[in-house]
Amino acid sequence: MKAGVVVFPGSNCDHDCYHVLKHVLGMDTVFLWHKDADLKGVDLVVLPGGFSYGDYLRCGAIAKHSPIMQEVSEFADKGGHVLGICNGFQVLTEAGLLPGALLRNKDLKFICRYVNLRVDNAGTAFTSRYADGEIVRIPIAHAEGNYFASEDVIKELEENNRVVFRYCDEYGETSEGSNPNGSINGIAGIVNKGGNVLGMMPHPERCAEEIMQTKDGFHIFESLRKVLKGVL
Amino acid sequence: MKAQVFVKFKNGVLDPQGQTILGAVNRMGHSFVKDVKVGKFFEIEIEKCENPDEKLKEIADKVLANPIIEEFRIEIAGEN
Repeated sequence: MKAGVVVFPGSNCDHDCYHVLKHVLGMDTVFLWHKDADLKGVDLVVLPGGFSYGDYLRCGAIAKHSPIMQEVSEFADKGGHVLGICNGFQVLTEAGLLPGALLRNKDLKFICRYVNLRVDNAGTAFTSRYADGEIVRIPIAHAEGNYFASEDVIKELEENNRVVFRYCDEYGETSEGSNPNGSINGIAGIVNKGGNVLGMMPHPERCAEEIMQTKDGFHIFESLRKVLKGVL
Repeated sequence: MKAQVFVKFKNGVLDPQGQTILGAVNRMGHSFVKDVKVGKFFEIEIEKCENPDEKLKEIADKVLANPIIEEFRIEIAGEN
């Protein structure tokens, strides 16, 4: 089982993801350079947070034209597991691997803090170690995390259980007050139709060890390890 | 030859920059200003080619704008 972390110019959570995969989970992990068109035989691709290409034009807009993204698209089409965190989520929407777009936060602020998330679908390869409805605390750090999609797309996502995480209060209720950035219906993370591509704004790699405030993010990587072990 | 591409948010998409500028303009006393939308402007130097409109449309659609949230307009100026 091998994991790959894509490095774009401007990625700044690449080493955090690498650390969690390699040292906390003990997976064979490699960096994947954006100019390369070779996934080095990985079973999991992580698109990390950061500011790919300086967020020029739009967040993730230039990254989608990187040679590595062609490979990532083909990998995802074949059912390969792809996890996009923050800027990685933005890249996935720009590349069309996930629907919708991330707009500026409603209050124009860069927000960096822990938020409560409700796990709305614990049946994915990324969330099997959680329970449906479980409330977890994972930090966010973004200026453009306001999830937007057309009404049709939102309906389709919700009807097919593709909303995996929502921002919520400590009791698991979604409301305007518990929604940090204005995302439609508090959406914080979604999966593609096949369930093998997850995009999320919160940073699970920043809370995957005992030393952190929570270890709630660890279970995403652990869920993936379980699934990938089953595959191999 | 120059091409100009104008990109702006579709109606209904949150434009906080526009709203912030509107607030500042209104605070200057210009109450006649009712709305401000912020967009992007690209000036592109191009060589003579066949179907520049179509090619620029593809560039705008795939790179310059995100059609989920933005719309664009292309103008080609100068000799063709």
